[in-house]
Amino acid sequence: MSVALHMPVLQVVVPLLSAPLAVLARRGSLPFMFTTAAAWFAFATSIALWMEVEHGAVLSYFIGSWPAPWGIEYRVDRLSALFLLLVSGLAAVVLPYSRRSIQAEIPREQHYLFYALFSLCLAGLLGITVTADAFNIFVFLEIASLSTYVMIALGRDRRALVASYQYLVMGTIGATFFVIGVGLLYLMTGTLNLPDMAERLAAERHTRPVLAALAFITVGLSLKLALFPLHQWLPNAYTYAPSAVTAFLAGTATKVSLYVLVRFYYSVFGESLVFRHLPLPEIMLLLSLAAMFVASGIAIFQRDFKKLLAWSSIGQIGYITLGLSFDTVTGLTASLVNLFNQAVTKCGLFLLLGGAVIVAGGSTLERLAGLGRTMPLTSFGIVIGGLGLIGVPGTAGFISKWYLVLAALERGEWWLVFAVLLSSLLAVAYVWRFVEAAYFRPAPPGRPPRREAPASLLIPAWLMIAASVYFGLDTSVTVGSASGAAEMLIGVKK
Amino acid sequence: MNGVEHLLSGLALPVVGAAGVAVFRYLPNLREGVSLLTAGALFFCVASLVPSVLEGARPGFELLEVMPGLQIAFRVEPLGMLFALVASGLWIVSSLYSIGYMRANGEANQTRFYVCFALALAATIGIAFSANAFTLFIFYEALTLVTYPLVTHHGTDGARNGGRTYLAVLIGTSVVFLLPALVFTWHTTGTTDFRAGGILAGKLDPVPMAALLALYMFGIGKAALMPFHRWLPAAMVAPAPVSALLHAVAVVKAGVFSVVKVVVYLFGTEALGNGVPTDWLIAISGFTILAASVVALNADNLKRRLAYSTISQLSYIVLAVAVLAPLSMIGAVLHIAAHALGKITLFFAAGAIYTASHKTEVSELDGIGRRMPWTMGAFAIGALSLIGIPPAAGFFSKWYMVQGAAASESWVALAVLATSTLLNAAYFLPVIYSAFFRTERVAPRHDHGEAPATSVAALVITAAATLALPFAGGIPLELARAVWGGS
Amino acid sequence: MNAASHFSYWATICLMVMGLFIVMARANLIKKLVGLAIFQTSIYLLYIAPGKLIGGTAPIIADGFSVYSNPLPHVLILTAIVVGIAVLALGLALVVRIREAYDSIEEDEILAAEERQP
Repeated sequence: MSVALHMPVLQVVVPLLSAPLAVLARRGSLPFMFTTAAAWFAFATSIALWMEVEHGAVLSYFIGSWPAPWGIEYRVDRLSALFLLLVSGLAAVVLPYSRRSIQAEIPREQHYLFYALFSLCLAGLLGITVTADAFNIFVFLEIASLSTYVMIALGRDRRALVASYQYLVMGTIGATFFVIGVGLLYLMTGTLNLPDMAERLAAERHTRPVLAALAFITVGLSLKLALFPLHQWLPNAYTYAPSAVTAFLAGTATKVSLYVLVRFYYSVFGESLVFRHLPLPEIMLLLSLAAMFVASGIAIFQRDFKKLLAWSSIGQIGYITLGLSFDTVTGLTASLVNLFNQAVTKCGLFLLLGGAVIVAGGSTLERLAGLGRTMPLTSFGIVIGGLGLIGVPGTAGFISKWYLVLAALERGEWWLVFAVLLSSLLAVAYVWRFVEAAYFRPAPPGRPPRREAPASLLIPAWLMIAASVYFGLDTSVTVGSASGAAEMLIGVKK
Repeated sequence: MNGVEHLLSGLALPVVGAAGVAVFRYLPNLREGVSLLTAGALFFCVASLVPSVLEGARPGFELLEVMPGLQIAFRVEPLGMLFALVASGLWIVSSLYSIGYMRANGEANQTRFYVCFALALAATIGIAFSANAFTLFIFYEALTLVTYPLVTHHGTDGARNGGRTYLAVLIGTSVVFLLPALVFTWHTTGTTDFRAGGILAGKLDPVPMAALLALYMFGIGKAALMPFHRWLPAAMVAPAPVSALLHAVAVVKAGVFSVVKVVVYLFGTEALGNGVPTDWLIAISGFTILAASVVALNADNLKRRLAYSTISQLSYIVLAVAVLAPLSMIGAVLHIAAHALGKITLFFAAGAIYTASHKTEVSELDGIGRRMPWTMGAFAIGALSLIGIPPAAGFFSKWYMVQGAAASESWVALAVLATSTLLNAAYFLPVIYSAFFRTERVAPRHDHGEAPATSVAALVITAAATLALPFAGGIPLELARAVWGGS
Repeated sequence: MNAASHFSYWATICLMVMGLFIVMARANLIKKLVGLAIFQTSIYLLYIAPGKLIGGTAPIIADGFSVYSNPLPHVLILTAIVVGIAVLALGLALVVRIREAYDSIEEDEILAAEERQP
């Protein structure tokens, strides 16, 4: 019972502790075990938390029993529970995968560091999601980011170093912008506790420092979540990072930044300020559309499939922010559902690709040619995941598209409906580049005629792909939580 | 066993069959046996539903609820019954045909072929028995995807390009037009169920209603309404059995079937008749009929000629639906069956000619009737049916269409029907004439007779069925009437 | 209210803009990091300056003192400084590795090297 009360904090503390343990254990498979156990523990905890808040309850936990607003409060509501579930779930699947995957990609003596970093990153991401303290968010954001930079730099290619450096500079600017915004809010309200801050802001909502804070936080987080045109760090970072890292990041890093943005917009600034008194929704709408078309368009012309998927991620972020810019319950639901489904699908794709890279020796489309024959399970999985990106009925992507179209229709904007659907056709074009390479071209010489990726890679990867199909058929978890969270945030008057 | 169990097994059988084919992939005889057996079992299963459906039973069940208020659900009604009957019946014949064709031409990847074929049938049956437009949409898209490997079966550059067009048009139209139409329907009415009398009646003003109708009509790209017809000739890169079953029966008929379903059960013919502008649909389908016929007239490649003939014949059905008269609606439903039988015969014949002689062009066919009398005889019967000469099946469906058009005084439709009959004759009769009455201009590279026996048997069966359909106890007609009578 | 009374804000903004400008305008990877550090430093000032009250002391209750400075910003900024150092250290470590791999720390030379190598 007492353990159950501490679940919100254990969620963060356990992965945080597993990092030094991994460093201390150093050799053998202990680091792997600590980290995996921590991730599974976090996953189990987040399921328990999700079930507790599913019916609208809000769990508050005061660190060191200092009551809010003086102490730091951890707060789990429907929105954060959904993200906890996503982040810890992906970690729980990616970690078993990483064991075999990093053997091929990272020198043996650095493995324990990888696990330590992974734990830190997980703790950071979970911390961002669970805390209700603005400065605490910044600290966790930096914990997650710093460990991410290092994990990207672990990539074999020397370009990983440059990618990591670029991400470090951009990420730090983003985080610093965020903390400037938080600072301004603190100056205006004298509190860092988010609910408290929201209450105190009510009186001075339209003062200039608050507007400046909104601007800083929006830009800072847009950098972190790679909203077009602040996305330059993303393609290289995703392409050159080790496969397991890419898979985990693609599903979590940008998504959690989006969580913070949604949290600040709805729970701190309030929708009337953000969406009614400023041209923010219009700007976001335009940027989202630009992301959907430009990034997806660029994706079509990539030669490297990993980079192609990275560009596709930027395009998909456009769909997520598009739903957000609508400021309706359906729009926000679409946004959250899309985020969740996209994370699961992309993670599965990057995992499968990781296996293919190990066997085929590269992720360019030339290297992946003929994959349909030499690695049938892997390439079939990539096709299924690709269909999910397109949004074919029966996959999770379809559900997101359905809600986005519905949200656009509710606003009566047919041109948006067609824009969304036309841009989703671009996904057909880039997914089919893989299909044609894998099934129509002969394998490059020197590839073993028929060798699948090891089962320890295939099983987690297919688990994610299966999940992406499952969430396309049973939407009670995704749509249920997302619409619940959206209703809670927008405060529907039913 | 009650109706629901038959329905369930009808849906499950092709999937099980596909799995069976995959299991026996190293034993060709067993593999093709499984394929044939599944086809037979499916037809039996579907056929056993007919009596109860004719008596007015509408067995159905809900599989799962995907989103709140949106279910994957199935229900048997007369129109779907007829479509399922045609598709599953012809699957048997085309399985028979494929065995001869695939072996004689030494095609690679035959297991993939049979698996995808069975899955395509599963999707078709799913479309036929959908209880709502949402379910129909899911299977509609599934059908596009599982037929893609069949279209691109040869894996050549030509196949890849054909496959690109196939996907681009079918996915493009369904995503850009059909999906928003569906979401809009759901948004307006809160349901996508197929109901007698329509669900949109009274919910929309005439002009938005017409716009929505346009979204549906162009969105159902499988009905090949111009300008979204390009996929059909592109799909002709596929092996002949695929062209035969899928592009004469399953895929294209799934298109026009969806058109009829949408008009009858979503809009309701009465609601559409009430001042909703539909003349444009008559105009477009009429134009498609004539334009495609003219293209067919100029096509020298036999399969291409048949493809354009299919485009024009599909638009007959759309035209008949657009006329909105009860008799033309019956004609439309009958034409789904009549054209399926006639066109599959023609495609089988084209495939048989290719297998036996490797000829693909119409101009090469002089005198081939003497070497392949059975094939060309069947070809003649199929062609006459499509022209609409009694007693072949095509005559009866056209008869109802003409009557319906006359009854509703749709002179444009009548003129189109008359002109196109002449055009049909103009592009089919020369083929028959030169096959039987001209002598061979160039001797073939090798002396050949008929195609493999199973293939010839298949096309003789379908030709015979074309002649027998009007006398088959009137089941198609009764089903067609039941559609109109409402369920 | 005059410009001088907002002195600390002016200083903050100057540092902030200078730092950002250096990050964007310099091609040398180490100079970029220097800019980043200056940029971050401006934040420290932003937080700490408003917490200071003229004549205020550390918040220890004792006779004779009634005006206290806000201690919380100091605590926050201690954390921020740690984060800043970590970022800087990591950034410099990356630059060392980049120099080993590319034999240069100039951004344009590195990009040129990338283009030569497909």
